[in-house]
Amino acid sequence: MSAGHHHPIYRPADTPVHRLPPQCKLAAVVAFAVFVVATPRERVWAFALDALLLAAVAVAARVPAGAIVRRMVIEVPFVLFAVAIPLIGTGERIQVLGLSLSAPGLWAAWNILAKATLGVVASILLAATTEPRMMLLGAERLRLPRLLVQIATFMLRYLDVILDQMRRMRIARESRGFVARDLRQAPVLAKSAGALFIRSYERGERVHLAMLSRGYTGEMPTIRDISATGRDWAVAGMLPCLAAVTALLAWSTT
Amino acid sequence: MHVPDGFFNVPVSVGAGVFAAAGVAVCLRGAKRELDDRTAPMAGLVAAFIFAAQMLNFPVAAGTSGHLLGGALAAILVGPYTAVLCVAVVLLVQGFFFADGGLTALGVNITLMAIVTAVVGWAVFRLITRGRPRGRATLVAASFVAALVSVPSAALVFTGLFWLGGTAPIEPGSVAAAMVGVHLLIGLGEGFITALTVSSVLAVRPDLVYGARGMTRALTLRTADGDVQVGQQGGPAAPEAPSAGIGLRPVLVGGALVAVLLAGVVSFYASSAPDGLEKVAADKGLSAQEKPHAVEDGPLAGYSVKGVENQRLSGGLAGVAGVALTVVAGGGVFYVIRRRRRGTDGMTTASAQ
Amino acid sequence: MTSGSPSLTVSRLAYAYPDGTQALYGVDLTIERGERVALLGPNGAGKTTLVMHLNGILTAGHGTVEVAGLAVRADTLREIRRRVGLVFQDPDDQLFMPTVREDVAFGPANLGLRGAELDRRVHDALERVGMLDAIDRPPHHLSFGQRRRVAVATVLAMEPEILVLDEPSSNLDPASRRELAEILKSLDVTVLMVTHDLPYALELCERSLIMSEGVIAADGPTHALLADERLLAAHRLELPYGFAVPAQPG
Repeated sequence: MSAGHHHPIYRPADTPVHRLPPQCKLAAVVAFAVFVVATPRERVWAFALDALLLAAVAVAARVPAGAIVRRMVIEVPFVLFAVAIPLIGTGERIQVLGLSLSAPGLWAAWNILAKATLGVVASILLAATTEPRMMLLGAERLRLPRLLVQIATFMLRYLDVILDQMRRMRIARESRGFVARDLRQAPVLAKSAGALFIRSYERGERVHLAMLSRGYTGEMPTIRDISATGRDWAVAGMLPCLAAVTALLAWSTT
Repeated sequence: MHVPDGFFNVPVSVGAGVFAAAGVAVCLRGAKRELDDRTAPMAGLVAAFIFAAQMLNFPVAAGTSGHLLGGALAAILVGPYTAVLCVAVVLLVQGFFFADGGLTALGVNITLMAIVTAVVGWAVFRLITRGRPRGRATLVAASFVAALVSVPSAALVFTGLFWLGGTAPIEPGSVAAAMVGVHLLIGLGEGFITALTVSSVLAVRPDLVYGARGMTRALTLRTADGDVQVGQQGGPAAPEAPSAGIGLRPVLVGGALVAVLLAGVVSFYASSAPDGLEKVAADKGLSAQEKPHAVEDGPLAGYSVKGVENQRLSGGLAGVAGVALTVVAGGGVFYVIRRRRRGTDGMTTASAQ
Repeated sequence: MTSGSPSLTVSRLAYAYPDGTQALYGVDLTIERGERVALLGPNGAGKTTLVMHLNGILTAGHGTVEVAGLAVRADTLREIRRRVGLVFQDPDDQLFMPTVREDVAFGPANLGLRGAELDRRVHDALERVGMLDAIDRPPHHLSFGQRRRVAVATVLAMEPEILVLDEPSSNLDPASRRELAEILKSLDVTVLMVTHDLPYALELCERSLIMSEGVIAADGPTHALLADERLLAAHRLELPYGFAVPAQPG
């Protein structure tokens, strides 16, 4: 399970990748992920090409490999799952090092590992080169419903505040000798969760009052706007286009 | 449970994406009714709370631990529409800002963890509490069952999607057994924590629990001029009177969803003695993968070529068709209900049951 | 503007919360233009409830509130909220936008300002609280004292008739406390300051109101009120240990 990874990935720098308008980067990464998923798994070289593309972006954005690898830990639960597929999978069995493995299972494991890894790395590069605030503006430019973007904006603004409250409650619990061993300790955790909910909800009400006090009438004023030029789109589009070409080549060389 | 890229084929990913988008769109409208102009800050804060609550790990059994999914909890605390929105935003933020969960799998993730858990949780909660005196014990017990059922339901839907367009050659039957089995255990933990959390909120601020609305009484304002009866509007936390229609819609959507999935699973087992077929397909093995079916040449067709290719392909197509049908059917139901509700809105002010 | 009428007039204001607890039992007060007034009182006296009425977040159960001659009513809320600048106790509640610039711009933008005029308001407001350097930073990267100053700026940017501060000195270290006092003294605006911090009230406000059990229990020069130990004790107010009210200046 993947909760707990809430440290921001953003790495401030001034590179061509950082400077690209966020809407271009968002669209490019989503399109890239789609093309990777649409690539047939038997063409191993195609995935190598995709990986090279991402490596080129990482170099251009000056995101060190170490930072990417550390972040990839998020994949681990599914790596474990993928490893299990050849063991429990159906289909023709082959012998590898004395183990009976399912051949389609091996392909499936490779398929998930390769595509999940490329997807995660692309997302990491996006998050590492795009300030959270810009990401939200970009999402709004891409016509994501404004209300949804606003909810995400408030969530990100108050995430640290609420995580901090949770941390303080945990310290208070532990400083009185509390250890969560099994479900018998659940009531204590649930009380914390209940208190956290009440605090979050009440803060939401106070924030709403603060907004009303400054003339909020249900519409957030748009103050900043970011526009993208054709050149920006062309630059950002290189990644998904090359991935699309790779996928097409992979399909045509059947 | 965050599904990564590559786990489902393109048709199922896209179909689930369309379904998730439609569900979120419906909930955006619904949440505006639940929260009016407070939607953005309130849902934002609740989403932050869910993000934090998901980090509360609780031990399940023998060294493994689970964490809260929170869909049912959110539905009971803030209402089903807001709950779906909040969990969906959490998943979007995790996907784009924290690289957690595949971007092409966002539709699947939102469908499973936001829509299914919240809708099933809320439907079960309503079924239990409807027509019963709403004591605290009833509400807490209902929360337990709702959360308990919501988790294996999501696992069941996962299995259904996996059958339609999973990329790993594992028998759907064993996936179902394993997923539902494990998630029953996780569901126990989820139910436990959800019930206790709802209980602790009920103890302090019962007015904040959406599922407990209708417990509040009419109020009297004591002024210098004597007692004055007041309605509840005007206060910062003025709760809207819940109307009878709210509980019905999620039930219908959930019902439609489960129906489609059950239909798929049942027909699978009824029509095609699967063990035999798997066996035949296994004999073909890898050779089949070298010359894929003509329809599969397009990059967006079922690219995952595995043992039972024809069936899987048709399964994939059926998946898209099924999801599309669900969306159309769901949309139609919403439309009809909304038209009917609009007519009766004027008199639903205090009908809490 | 409407010259002549006081900045704030509250008369016979009573209110009970939806849960039935009554918080205000008939509040009367008047604040003239340019005054700095402290509203003192123990916890639960109804101070925050009163403040919520001043810009129409709560609607009076009985009685009236007028800001510079304009009554707080549903149809005047927009103008009332421009005239009354509310600074909340927790700056995290007030600073909800991703950057300081957007946060300070939120209010004037809601009033319909855009472009150069909006920029001017934002710059002026931040300059007055000495936070212009932080204009592009996210609020949660600022210290608590800085956040409170930005919170004051968000309200100043609306050029209010009256500034209402809820516990402005709470949680501030001594240096931030002094800096905020200097900022408040430098502002040319009517101020109503809700506080438990009696020395702060004495430093900043010539006049004080003591609120107790939902009514105004005393109204007079801060110096005289704080020197009356029996009055303070009767309303659960205490001067900090070792603090003596200085001899009447002038």
